[in-house]
Amino acid sequence: MELPVLGWQALVILVVFGISLLIATYSTYAERVIAAFLQDRVGPDRAGPFGLLQPLADAVKLFTKEEFFPAGANRALFVFGPCLAMVTALMASAVIPFGNYLQFGTTIIHLQGIEVNIGMLYVFGVVSLGVYGIMIGGWASNNKFSLLGAIRAASQNISYELAMGMALIAVLMMSGTLSLREITLQQSVPGEWHFWNIVKQPLGFIIFIVCAFAETNRTPFDLPECETELVGGYHTEYSSMKMGLYLFAEYINVFVASAVMSVLYFGGFNFPFQYELREAIAQSQGAVTAQNIITILGVVAVFIKIFSFIFFFMWVRWTLPRFRYDQLMRLGWTILIPLAIFNIILTGGLILLHVIK
Amino acid sequence: MQSLSNRAKKLEKKPMTLAERAYLPAIFQGLSITLRHFFSKKATIRYPEETRPFSPVFRGLHVLKRDEQGRERCTACGLCAVACPAEAITMVAGERKKGEEGLYREEKYAVSYEINMLRCIFCGLCEEACPKAAVYLQADKMAPPRFERDEFIYGKDRLVEPVAPDTRSKRGIQLTPEQAQALNAKLAQPA
Repeated sequence: MELPVLGWQALVILVVFGISLLIATYSTYAERVIAAFLQDRVGPDRAGPFGLLQPLADAVKLFTKEEFFPAGANRALFVFGPCLAMVTALMASAVIPFGNYLQFGTTIIHLQGIEVNIGMLYVFGVVSLGVYGIMIGGWASNNKFSLLGAIRAASQNISYELAMGMALIAVLMMSGTLSLREITLQQSVPGEWHFWNIVKQPLGFIIFIVCAFAETNRTPFDLPECETELVGGYHTEYSSMKMGLYLFAEYINVFVASAVMSVLYFGGFNFPFQYELREAIAQSQGAVTAQNIITILGVVAVFIKIFSFIFFFMWVRWTLPRFRYDQLMRLGWTILIPLAIFNIILTGGLILLHVIK
Repeated sequence: MQSLSNRAKKLEKKPMTLAERAYLPAIFQGLSITLRHFFSKKATIRYPEETRPFSPVFRGLHVLKRDEQGRERCTACGLCAVACPAEAITMVAGERKKGEEGLYREEKYAVSYEINMLRCIFCGLCEEACPKAAVYLQADKMAPPRFERDEFIYGKDRLVEPVAPDTRSKRGIQLTPEQAQALNAKLAQPA
Protein backbone atom coordinates (compact mmCIF):
# COMPACT_ATOMS: atom_id res chain seq x y z
CA MET A 1 0.00 0.00 0.00
CA GLU A 2 3.04 2.27 -0.07
CA LEU A 3 2.11 3.95 -3.30
CA PRO A 4 3.23 7.56 -3.56
CA VAL A 5 0.37 10.04 -3.29
CA LEU A 6 0.79 10.97 -6.94
CA GLY A 7 0.09 7.37 -7.91
CA TRP A 8 -3.19 7.34 -6.04
CA GLN A 9 -4.14 10.69 -7.50
CA ALA A 10 -3.35 9.46 -11.01
CA LEU A 11 -5.64 6.51 -10.37
CA VAL A 12 -8.37 8.82 -9.09
CA ILE A 13 -8.02 11.04 -12.16
CA LEU A 14 -8.33 8.03 -14.46
CA VAL A 15 -11.40 6.85 -12.56
CA VAL A 16 -12.95 10.32 -12.73
CA PHE A 17 -12.39 10.49 -16.49
CA GLY A 18 -13.73 6.97 -16.90
CA ILE A 19 -16.83 7.79 -14.89
CA SER A 20 -17.41 10.99 -16.87
CA LEU A 21 -17.20 9.06 -20.13
CA LEU A 22 -19.39 6.25 -18.87
CA ILE A 23 -22.05 8.63 -17.60
CA ALA A 24 -21.95 10.57 -20.86
CA THR A 25 -22.36 7.31 -22.77
CA TYR A 26 -25.34 6.26 -20.79
CA SER A 27 -26.76 9.78 -20.85
CA THR A 28 -27.41 9.24 -24.54
CA TYR A 29 -29.37 6.12 -23.63
CA ALA A 30 -31.11 7.85 -20.73
CA GLU A 31 -32.02 10.76 -22.96
CA ARG A 32 -33.80 8.47 -25.38
CA VAL A 33 -35.57 6.51 -22.67
CA ILE A 34 -36.67 9.67 -20.86
CA ALA A 35 -37.80 11.28 -24.10
CA ALA A 36 -39.79 8.16 -24.89
CA PHE A 37 -41.36 7.96 -21.45
CA LEU A 38 -42.37 11.61 -21.50
CA GLN A 39 -44.02 10.97 -24.85
CA ASP A 40 -45.78 7.73 -23.80
CA ARG A 41 -43.38 5.57 -25.79
CA VAL A 42 -41.05 2.79 -24.71
CA GLY A 43 -37.76 3.90 -26.25
CA PRO A 44 -34.80 1.72 -27.20
CA ASP A 45 -35.44 -1.85 -26.06
CA ARG A 46 -33.93 -4.03 -28.78
CA ALA A 47 -30.18 -3.99 -28.13
CA GLY A 48 -29.56 -6.10 -25.05
CA PRO A 49 -31.79 -6.26 -21.97
CA PHE A 50 -33.93 -3.07 -21.86
CA GLY A 51 -31.83 -1.81 -24.78
CA LEU A 52 -28.84 -1.29 -22.48
CA LEU A 53 -26.37 -2.02 -25.28
CA GLN A 54 -27.85 0.79 -27.37
CA PRO A 55 -24.88 3.15 -26.75
CA LEU A 56 -22.59 0.39 -28.05
CA ALA A 57 -24.72 0.04 -31.17
CA ASP A 58 -24.64 3.82 -31.63
CA ALA A 59 -20.87 3.84 -31.25
CA VAL A 60 -20.45 1.08 -33.85
CA LYS A 61 -22.69 3.00 -36.19
CA LEU A 62 -20.81 6.27 -35.72
CA PHE A 63 -17.40 4.65 -36.11
CA THR A 64 -18.32 2.83 -39.30
CA LYS A 65 -19.95 5.76 -41.03
CA GLU A 66 -18.21 7.63 -43.84
CA GLU A 67 -15.70 10.28 -42.84
CA PHE A 68 -16.64 13.31 -44.88
CA PHE A 69 -14.64 16.46 -45.41
CA PRO A 70 -16.44 19.29 -47.20
CA ALA A 71 -14.63 20.93 -50.11
CA GLY A 72 -12.75 24.02 -49.01
CA ALA A 73 -12.76 23.01 -45.36
CA ASN A 74 -9.68 23.58 -43.28
CA ARG A 75 -8.86 19.94 -42.65
CA ALA A 76 -6.67 20.42 -39.61
CA LEU A 77 -9.12 22.72 -37.85
CA PHE A 78 -11.99 20.54 -38.96
CA VAL A 79 -10.55 17.64 -37.00
CA PHE A 80 -9.32 19.85 -34.18
CA GLY A 81 -12.77 21.31 -33.42
CA PRO A 82 -14.50 18.21 -32.06
CA CYS A 83 -11.33 17.14 -30.23
CA LEU A 84 -11.20 20.49 -28.46
CA ALA A 85 -14.86 20.31 -27.55
CA MET A 86 -14.32 16.86 -26.09
CA VAL A 87 -11.10 17.65 -24.22
CA THR A 88 -12.39 20.82 -22.60
CA ALA A 89 -15.60 19.07 -21.57
CA LEU A 90 -13.62 16.28 -19.92
CA MET A 91 -11.07 18.55 -18.25
CA ALA A 92 -13.65 20.32 -16.13
CA SER A 93 -14.55 17.11 -14.32
CA ALA A 94 -11.04 16.92 -12.83
CA VAL A 95 -11.62 19.40 -10.00
CA ILE A 96 -15.02 18.19 -8.89
CA PRO A 97 -14.94 16.58 -5.44
CA PHE A 98 -16.89 13.35 -5.73
CA GLY A 99 -16.29 12.44 -2.12
CA ASN A 100 -14.42 13.47 0.98
CA TYR A 101 -11.45 11.14 1.54
CA LEU A 102 -10.71 7.48 2.12
CA GLN A 103 -8.13 6.43 4.65
CA PHE A 104 -6.10 3.22 4.44
CA GLY A 105 -3.58 3.11 7.24
CA THR A 106 -1.56 6.25 6.74
CA THR A 107 -2.59 6.78 3.11
CA ILE A 108 -5.31 9.35 2.58
CA ILE A 109 -6.97 9.41 -0.82
CA HIS A 110 -9.01 12.44 -1.73
CA LEU A 111 -11.80 11.47 -4.09
CA GLN A 112 -11.11 14.37 -6.37
CA GLY A 113 -8.97 14.55 -9.49
CA ILE A 114 -6.95 17.55 -8.43
CA GLU A 115 -7.48 19.79 -5.45
CA VAL A 116 -6.68 23.34 -6.53
CA ASN A 117 -7.63 26.30 -4.43
CA ILE A 118 -9.01 28.05 -7.50
CA GLY A 119 -11.28 25.15 -8.49
CA MET A 120 -14.28 27.22 -9.52
CA LEU A 121 -12.12 29.58 -11.55
CA TYR A 122 -10.60 26.56 -13.31
CA VAL A 123 -14.07 25.23 -14.16
CA PHE A 124 -15.08 28.60 -15.58
CA GLY A 125 -11.88 28.87 -17.56
CA VAL A 126 -12.20 25.41 -19.08
CA VAL A 127 -15.90 25.81 -19.81
CA SER A 128 -15.17 29.09 -21.57
CA LEU A 129 -12.60 27.29 -23.70
CA GLY A 130 -15.34 24.89 -24.74
CA VAL A 131 -16.81 27.52 -27.02
CA TYR A 132 -13.63 27.32 -29.11
CA GLY A 133 -14.54 23.77 -30.07
CA ILE A 134 -17.85 24.93 -31.46
CA MET A 135 -16.40 28.09 -32.99
CA ILE A 136 -13.57 26.26 -34.75
CA GLY A 137 -15.95 23.56 -35.94
CA GLY A 138 -18.31 26.11 -37.41
CA TRP A 139 -15.50 28.07 -39.02
CA ALA A 140 -13.59 25.13 -40.46
CA SER A 141 -16.70 23.64 -42.07
CA ASN A 142 -16.71 26.38 -44.73
CA ASN A 143 -20.47 26.49 -44.48
CA LYS A 144 -22.43 29.65 -43.76
CA PHE A 145 -25.05 27.89 -41.69
CA SER A 146 -22.36 26.33 -39.55
CA LEU A 147 -20.64 29.68 -39.15
CA LEU A 148 -23.90 31.33 -38.08
CA GLY A 149 -24.48 28.55 -35.58
CA ALA A 150 -20.98 28.95 -34.22
CA ILE A 151 -21.39 32.72 -33.90
CA ARG A 152 -24.64 32.21 -32.07
CA ALA A 153 -22.99 29.72 -29.76
CA ALA A 154 -20.16 32.12 -29.04
CA SER A 155 -22.37 35.11 -28.27
CA GLN A 156 -24.75 32.95 -26.25
CA ASN A 157 -21.97 31.48 -24.14
CA ILE A 158 -20.40 34.88 -23.52
CA SER A 159 -23.74 36.44 -22.52
CA TYR A 160 -24.71 33.70 -20.14
CA GLU A 161 -21.27 33.28 -18.66
CA LEU A 162 -21.54 36.80 -17.28
CA ALA A 163 -24.79 36.12 -15.46
CA MET A 164 -23.48 32.75 -14.34
CA GLY A 165 -20.33 34.26 -12.89
CA MET A 166 -22.30 36.94 -11.10
CA ALA A 167 -24.69 34.38 -9.62
CA LEU A 168 -21.65 32.52 -8.43
CA ILE A 169 -20.08 35.61 -6.86
CA ALA A 170 -22.89 35.64 -4.30
CA VAL A 171 -21.91 32.10 -3.30
CA LEU A 172 -18.25 33.03 -3.16
CA MET A 173 -19.05 36.03 -0.96
CA MET A 174 -20.41 33.63 1.61
CA SER A 175 -17.77 30.94 1.29
CA GLY A 176 -14.74 33.17 0.87
CA THR A 177 -12.95 30.53 -1.18
CA LEU A 178 -12.83 29.28 -4.76
CA SER A 179 -11.97 25.70 -3.83
CA LEU A 180 -14.86 23.40 -4.62
CA ARG A 181 -13.84 21.09 -1.80
CA GLU A 182 -13.86 23.92 0.70
CA ILE A 183 -17.25 25.14 -0.52
CA THR A 184 -18.63 21.63 -0.09
CA LEU A 185 -17.23 21.23 3.40
CA GLN A 186 -18.64 24.60 4.44
CA GLN A 187 -22.10 23.39 3.53
CA SER A 188 -22.25 21.05 6.46
CA VAL A 189 -22.23 21.95 10.09
CA PRO A 190 -22.27 19.18 12.69
CA GLY A 191 -25.78 18.78 14.04
CA GLU A 192 -27.33 20.67 11.19
CA TRP A 193 -27.68 19.38 7.67
CA HIS A 194 -29.83 22.00 5.97
CA PHE A 195 -26.96 24.37 5.45
CA TRP A 196 -26.84 23.78 1.74
CA ASN A 197 -26.35 26.90 -0.32
CA ILE A 198 -29.68 26.45 -2.09
CA VAL A 199 -31.37 27.57 1.16
CA LYS A 200 -29.33 30.77 1.28
CA GLN A 201 -29.14 31.39 -2.46
CA PRO A 202 -32.44 30.39 -4.12
CA LEU A 203 -32.36 33.28 -6.59
CA GLY A 204 -28.71 32.68 -7.38
CA PHE A 205 -29.44 29.03 -8.03
CA ILE A 206 -32.24 29.81 -10.49
CA ILE A 207 -29.96 32.18 -12.38
CA PHE A 208 -27.17 29.62 -12.29
CA ILE A 209 -29.28 26.75 -13.59
CA VAL A 210 -30.74 28.84 -16.42
CA CYS A 211 -27.22 29.85 -17.40
CA ALA A 212 -26.07 26.25 -17.12
CA PHE A 213 -28.70 25.27 -19.67
CA ALA A 214 -27.42 27.99 -21.99
CA GLU A 215 -23.77 27.08 -21.41
CA THR A 216 -24.33 23.44 -22.27
CA ASN A 217 -26.36 24.41 -25.35
CA ARG A 218 -29.32 22.40 -24.17
CA THR A 219 -32.93 23.10 -25.00
CA PRO A 220 -34.47 25.68 -24.58
CA PHE A 221 -31.14 27.36 -25.37
CA ASP A 222 -29.93 25.09 -28.20
CA LEU A 223 -29.91 27.89 -30.75
CA PRO A 224 -26.45 26.94 -32.12
CA GLU A 225 -27.92 23.77 -33.64
CA CYS A 226 -31.37 25.12 -34.40
CA GLU A 227 -32.34 22.89 -37.29
CA THR A 228 -35.35 24.92 -38.35
CA GLU A 229 -33.18 27.94 -39.07
CA LEU A 230 -29.65 26.64 -39.45
CA VAL A 231 -30.00 23.14 -40.95
CA GLY A 232 -27.85 21.52 -38.24
CA GLY A 233 -26.02 24.51 -36.83
CA TYR A 234 -22.29 24.36 -36.18
CA HIS A 235 -22.09 20.62 -36.88
CA THR A 236 -23.98 20.62 -40.17
CA GLU A 237 -20.94 19.39 -42.08
CA TYR A 238 -19.80 16.86 -39.53
CA SER A 239 -20.27 13.15 -39.99
CA SER A 240 -19.41 9.88 -38.28
CA MET A 241 -17.47 10.02 -35.00
CA LYS A 242 -16.52 13.70 -35.34
CA MET A 243 -20.20 14.47 -35.12
CA GLY A 244 -20.44 11.92 -32.32
CA LEU A 245 -17.71 13.72 -30.37
CA TYR A 246 -19.68 16.98 -30.48
CA LEU A 247 -22.81 15.28 -29.23
CA PHE A 248 -20.78 13.39 -26.66
CA ALA A 249 -19.12 16.58 -25.45
CA GLU A 250 -22.57 18.02 -24.85
CA TYR A 251 -23.43 15.13 -22.55
CA ILE A 252 -20.17 15.46 -20.67
CA ASN A 253 -20.94 19.15 -20.28
CA VAL A 254 -24.35 18.26 -18.88
CA PHE A 255 -22.67 15.90 -16.44
CA VAL A 256 -20.14 18.53 -15.37
CA ALA A 257 -22.80 21.21 -15.04
CA SER A 258 -24.89 18.85 -12.90
CA ALA A 259 -21.88 18.04 -10.76
CA VAL A 260 -20.98 21.72 -10.29
CA MET A 261 -24.55 22.57 -9.34
CA SER A 262 -24.78 19.77 -6.81
CA VAL A 263 -21.45 20.81 -5.30
CA LEU A 264 -22.15 24.55 -5.23
CA TYR A 265 -25.78 24.56 -4.18
CA PHE A 266 -26.76 21.12 -2.93
CA GLY A 267 -23.98 20.29 -0.54
CA GLY A 268 -21.97 17.97 -2.77
CA PHE A 269 -21.05 14.87 -0.82
CA ASN A 270 -22.87 15.99 2.31
CA PHE A 271 -26.09 14.23 3.14
CA PRO A 272 -28.60 14.54 5.98
CA PHE A 273 -27.69 13.08 9.37
CA GLN A 274 -24.14 12.20 8.33
CA TYR A 275 -22.63 13.31 11.65
CA GLU A 276 -25.11 11.29 13.71
CA LEU A 277 -24.42 8.28 11.48
CA ARG A 278 -20.67 8.72 11.78
CA GLU A 279 -20.91 8.89 15.57
CA ALA A 280 -22.97 5.70 15.61
CA ILE A 281 -20.52 3.81 13.38
CA ALA A 282 -17.45 5.22 15.12
CA GLN A 283 -18.57 3.82 18.45
CA SER A 284 -18.68 0.25 17.18
CA GLN A 285 -16.20 0.21 14.29
CA GLY A 286 -13.69 2.94 15.05
CA ALA A 287 -13.20 6.41 13.63
CA VAL A 288 -11.33 5.42 10.46
CA THR A 289 -13.93 2.91 9.29
CA ALA A 290 -16.68 5.38 10.10
CA GLN A 291 -14.96 8.04 7.99
CA ASN A 292 -14.58 5.62 5.06
CA ILE A 293 -18.20 4.50 5.23
CA ILE A 294 -19.44 8.08 5.41
CA THR A 295 -17.21 8.97 2.46
CA ILE A 296 -18.61 6.14 0.35
CA LEU A 297 -22.16 7.11 1.28
CA GLY A 298 -21.21 10.68 0.36
CA VAL A 299 -20.11 9.50 -3.10
CA VAL A 300 -23.49 7.82 -3.49
CA ALA A 301 -25.18 11.03 -2.34
CA VAL A 302 -23.31 13.22 -4.80
CA PHE A 303 -24.12 10.89 -7.67
CA ILE A 304 -27.80 10.81 -6.73
CA LYS A 305 -27.76 14.61 -6.86
CA ILE A 306 -25.94 14.59 -10.20
CA PHE A 307 -28.33 12.07 -11.74
CA SER A 308 -31.30 14.09 -10.55
CA PHE A 309 -29.88 17.13 -12.32
CA ILE A 310 -29.16 15.16 -15.47
CA PHE A 311 -32.75 13.95 -15.38
CA PHE A 312 -33.89 17.53 -14.93
CA PHE A 313 -31.85 18.63 -17.96
CA MET A 314 -33.54 15.97 -20.07
CA TRP A 315 -36.96 16.59 -18.58
CA VAL A 316 -36.73 20.26 -19.54
CA ARG A 317 -35.45 19.39 -22.98
CA TRP A 318 -38.55 17.33 -23.78
CA THR A 319 -40.91 19.92 -22.30
CA LEU A 320 -39.93 23.38 -23.48
CA PRO A 321 -39.61 24.70 -27.01
CA ARG A 322 -36.50 26.70 -27.81
CA PHE A 323 -36.35 30.44 -27.45
CA ARG A 324 -36.12 32.83 -30.34
CA TYR A 325 -32.66 34.31 -30.59
CA ASP A 326 -33.68 37.85 -29.63
CA GLN A 327 -35.61 36.44 -26.66
CA LEU A 328 -32.53 34.54 -25.62
CA MET A 329 -30.38 37.64 -25.74
CA ARG A 330 -32.99 39.74 -23.93
CA LEU A 331 -33.30 37.14 -21.19
CA GLY A 332 -29.56 37.03 -20.72
CA TRP A 333 -28.73 40.70 -20.78
CA THR A 334 -31.80 42.50 -19.48
CA ILE A 335 -33.13 39.99 -16.96
CA LEU A 336 -30.52 37.55 -15.70
CA ILE A 337 -27.59 39.96 -15.35
CA PRO A 338 -29.58 42.63 -13.45
CA LEU A 339 -31.10 39.89 -11.31
CA ALA A 340 -27.65 38.53 -10.58
CA ILE A 341 -26.41 41.98 -9.59
CA PHE A 342 -29.45 42.39 -7.37
CA ASN A 343 -28.65 39.03 -5.83
CA ILE A 344 -25.10 40.13 -5.10
CA ILE A 345 -26.34 43.29 -3.38
CA LEU A 346 -28.93 41.32 -1.44
CA THR A 347 -26.35 38.78 -0.32
CA GLY A 348 -23.95 41.54 0.67
CA GLY A 349 -26.66 43.23 2.72
CA LEU A 350 -27.63 40.01 4.46
CA ILE A 351 -24.02 39.21 5.27
CA LEU A 352 -23.59 42.72 6.64
CA LEU A 353 -26.62 42.22 8.87
CA HIS A 354 -25.33 38.78 9.96
CA VAL A 355 -28.47 37.06 8.64
CA ILE A 356 -26.36 34.59 6.67
CA LYS A 357 -22.74 33.74 6.92
CA MET B 1 -67.24 47.00 -38.47
CA GLN B 2 -70.80 45.98 -37.76
CA SER B 3 -71.14 42.26 -37.25
CA LEU B 4 -73.98 40.79 -39.34
CA SER B 5 -74.31 37.51 -37.49
CA ASN B 6 -73.84 38.89 -33.99
CA ARG B 7 -71.53 35.98 -33.32
CA ALA B 8 -68.28 37.86 -33.57
CA LYS B 9 -66.35 37.94 -30.32
CA LYS B 10 -64.38 40.95 -29.36
CA LEU B 11 -60.90 39.92 -28.26
CA GLU B 12 -59.02 42.08 -25.86
CA LYS B 13 -55.36 41.76 -25.21
CA LYS B 14 -54.86 42.12 -21.49
CA PRO B 15 -51.45 43.05 -20.17
CA MET B 16 -49.70 40.01 -18.75
CA THR B 17 -49.72 39.52 -15.03
CA LEU B 18 -46.47 39.33 -13.09
CA ALA B 19 -46.67 35.52 -12.87
CA GLU B 20 -47.09 35.31 -16.62
CA ARG B 21 -44.20 37.64 -17.27
CA ALA B 22 -41.94 35.81 -14.85
CA TYR B 23 -42.43 32.76 -17.08
CA LEU B 24 -41.24 30.29 -14.46
CA PRO B 25 -44.74 29.26 -13.25
CA ALA B 26 -45.63 28.34 -16.81
CA ILE B 27 -42.44 26.32 -17.07
CA PHE B 28 -43.26 24.37 -13.94
CA GLN B 29 -46.78 23.79 -15.21
CA GLY B 30 -45.35 22.35 -18.40
CA LEU B 31 -42.86 20.24 -16.48
CA SER B 32 -45.63 18.78 -14.33
CA ILE B 33 -47.60 17.85 -17.45
CA THR B 34 -44.67 16.00 -18.99
CA LEU B 35 -43.83 14.33 -15.69
CA ARG B 36 -47.37 12.95 -15.50
CA HIS B 37 -46.79 11.39 -18.89
CA PHE B 38 -43.61 9.81 -17.56
CA PHE B 39 -45.74 7.50 -15.43
CA SER B 40 -48.65 7.04 -17.78
CA LYS B 41 -49.37 3.90 -19.73
CA LYS B 42 -47.28 3.50 -22.87
CA ALA B 43 -49.08 3.26 -26.17
CA THR B 44 -46.28 1.25 -27.76
CA ILE B 45 -46.88 -2.30 -28.98
CA ARG B 46 -43.67 -4.31 -29.28
CA TYR B 47 -44.61 -5.52 -32.71
CA PRO B 48 -43.01 -8.84 -33.50
CA GLU B 49 -43.73 -10.14 -30.00
CA GLU B 50 -47.10 -8.47 -29.54
CA THR B 51 -49.71 -7.82 -32.18
CA ARG B 52 -52.61 -5.46 -32.07
CA PRO B 53 -55.95 -7.32 -32.09
CA PHE B 54 -57.97 -6.91 -35.27
CA SER B 55 -61.18 -4.94 -35.12
CA PRO B 56 -64.32 -7.11 -34.89
CA VAL B 57 -65.43 -5.99 -38.36
CA PHE B 58 -62.06 -6.69 -39.97
CA ARG B 59 -62.20 -8.65 -43.24
CA GLY B 60 -59.00 -10.27 -44.32
CA LEU B 61 -57.68 -12.94 -46.61
CA HIS B 62 -60.18 -15.11 -48.50
CA VAL B 63 -60.64 -18.80 -47.99
CA LEU B 64 -62.61 -21.30 -50.08
CA LYS B 65 -64.43 -23.52 -47.65
CA ARG B 66 -65.00 -27.25 -47.76
CA ASP B 67 -68.13 -28.96 -46.51
CA GLU B 68 -68.29 -31.30 -43.54
CA GLN B 69 -67.14 -34.23 -45.69
CA GLY B 70 -64.14 -32.36 -46.94
CA ARG B 71 -65.49 -31.62 -50.43
CA GLU B 72 -65.04 -28.20 -52.03
CA ARG B 73 -68.22 -26.20 -51.74
CA CYS B 74 -67.57 -23.92 -54.68
CA THR B 75 -69.60 -24.67 -57.78
CA ALA B 76 -68.04 -21.99 -59.94
CA CYS B 77 -71.32 -20.19 -60.41
CA GLY B 78 -69.47 -16.89 -60.83
CA LEU B 79 -71.76 -14.84 -58.58
CA CYS B 80 -68.80 -13.72 -56.51
CA ALA B 81 -67.02 -12.51 -59.62
CA VAL B 82 -70.14 -10.61 -60.67
CA ALA B 83 -70.56 -9.10 -57.23
CA CYS B 84 -66.92 -8.06 -56.98
CA PRO B 85 -66.71 -4.27 -57.50
CA ALA B 86 -62.98 -4.45 -58.14
CA GLU B 87 -63.25 -7.35 -60.59
CA ALA B 88 -60.56 -9.21 -58.77
CA ILE B 89 -62.05 -12.70 -59.08
CA THR B 90 -61.76 -14.94 -62.13
CA MET B 91 -62.58 -18.61 -62.44
CA VAL B 92 -62.86 -21.46 -64.94
CA ALA B 93 -65.68 -23.93 -64.39
CA GLY B 94 -65.34 -27.65 -65.07
CA GLU B 95 -67.50 -30.76 -64.87
CA ARG B 96 -66.92 -33.30 -62.15
CA LYS B 97 -65.75 -36.66 -63.47
CA LYS B 98 -66.69 -40.03 -62.11
CA GLY B 99 -64.70 -40.96 -59.06
CA GLU B 100 -64.23 -37.33 -57.99
CA GLU B 101 -67.36 -37.27 -55.81
CA GLY B 102 -65.21 -37.11 -52.70
CA LEU B 103 -63.44 -33.99 -54.04
CA TYR B 104 -66.22 -31.72 -55.20
CA ARG B 105 -69.66 -31.30 -53.74
CA GLU B 106 -71.63 -30.63 -56.94
CA GLU B 107 -71.30 -31.68 -60.55
CA LYS B 108 -69.81 -28.34 -61.47
CA TYR B 109 -66.66 -27.14 -59.81
CA ALA B 110 -63.95 -24.53 -60.22
CA VAL B 111 -61.01 -25.84 -62.20
CA SER B 112 -59.20 -22.65 -61.43
CA TYR B 113 -60.17 -19.87 -59.07
CA GLU B 114 -58.03 -16.79 -58.80
CA ILE B 115 -58.28 -13.66 -56.70
CA ASN B 116 -55.96 -10.76 -57.43
CA MET B 117 -55.13 -9.41 -54.00
CA LEU B 118 -53.77 -6.21 -55.51
CA ARG B 119 -57.18 -5.40 -56.88
CA CYS B 120 -59.25 -6.76 -54.03
CA ILE B 121 -60.68 -4.13 -51.71
CA PHE B 122 -61.75 -6.66 -49.08
CA CYS B 123 -65.34 -5.39 -49.16
CA GLY B 124 -66.85 -8.82 -48.48
CA LEU B 125 -69.41 -8.64 -51.27
CA CYS B 126 -68.20 -11.99 -52.67
CA GLU B 127 -68.89 -13.54 -49.31
CA GLU B 128 -72.41 -12.10 -49.35
CA ALA B 129 -73.03 -13.15 -52.93
CA CYS B 130 -71.95 -16.79 -52.56
CA PRO B 131 -75.04 -19.08 -52.52
CA LYS B 132 -72.99 -22.10 -51.46
CA ALA B 133 -71.28 -20.50 -48.45
CA ALA B 134 -67.96 -21.31 -50.10
CA VAL B 135 -65.99 -18.06 -49.98
CA TYR B 136 -65.22 -16.36 -46.70
CA LEU B 137 -63.02 -13.49 -45.67
CA GLN B 138 -61.07 -14.54 -42.61
CA ALA B 139 -61.10 -12.13 -39.69
CA ASP B 140 -57.60 -12.97 -38.48
CA LYS B 141 -55.41 -13.13 -41.60
CA MET B 142 -54.03 -10.52 -43.93
CA ALA B 143 -52.59 -11.01 -47.38
CA PRO B 144 -48.88 -11.00 -46.51
CA PRO B 145 -46.45 -8.71 -48.32
CA ARG B 146 -44.60 -10.14 -51.34
CA PHE B 147 -41.87 -8.97 -53.64
CA GLU B 148 -43.41 -9.81 -57.03
CA ARG B 149 -46.74 -8.66 -58.39
CA ASP B 150 -47.76 -12.07 -59.71
CA GLU B 151 -47.38 -13.53 -56.26
CA PHE B 152 -50.47 -11.58 -55.28
CA ILE B 153 -52.67 -13.59 -57.62
CA TYR B 154 -53.96 -16.24 -55.28
CA GLY B 155 -54.97 -19.51 -56.95
CA LYS B 156 -56.81 -22.46 -55.56
CA ASP B 157 -53.59 -23.73 -54.05
CA ARG B 158 -53.59 -20.88 -51.60
CA LEU B 159 -57.31 -20.23 -51.28
CA VAL B 160 -58.89 -23.61 -50.68
CA GLU B 161 -59.17 -24.55 -47.07
CA PRO B 162 -56.74 -27.36 -46.33
CA VAL B 163 -58.26 -30.71 -45.44
CA ALA B 164 -55.89 -31.03 -42.57
CA PRO B 165 -52.62 -29.44 -41.82
CA ASP B 166 -49.56 -30.90 -43.57
CA THR B 167 -51.61 -32.57 -46.31
CA ARG B 168 -51.56 -29.61 -48.60
CA SER B 169 -48.84 -29.22 -51.13
CA LYS B 170 -47.68 -25.88 -52.42
CA ARG B 171 -48.25 -27.11 -55.96
CA GLY B 172 -51.98 -27.33 -55.36
CA ILE B 173 -52.36 -31.11 -55.41
CA GLN B 174 -55.63 -31.84 -53.68
CA LEU B 175 -56.05 -34.94 -51.57
CA THR B 176 -59.35 -36.69 -51.10
CA PRO B 177 -60.56 -36.78 -47.51
CA GLU B 178 -59.74 -40.49 -47.38
CA GLN B 179 -56.21 -39.92 -48.61
CA ALA B 180 -55.80 -37.08 -46.14
CA GLN B 181 -57.07 -39.18 -43.29
CA ALA B 182 -54.68 -41.96 -44.16
CA LEU B 183 -51.81 -39.49 -44.37
CA ASN B 184 -52.72 -37.89 -41.06
CA ALA B 185 -52.88 -41.25 -39.37
CA LYS B 186 -49.48 -42.10 -40.81
CA LEU B 187 -48.03 -38.83 -39.61
CA ALA B 188 -49.55 -39.24 -36.15
CA GLN B 189 -47.86 -42.63 -35.69
CA PRO B 190 -44.55 -42.47 -33.87
CA ALA B 191 -41.70 -43.09 -36.21
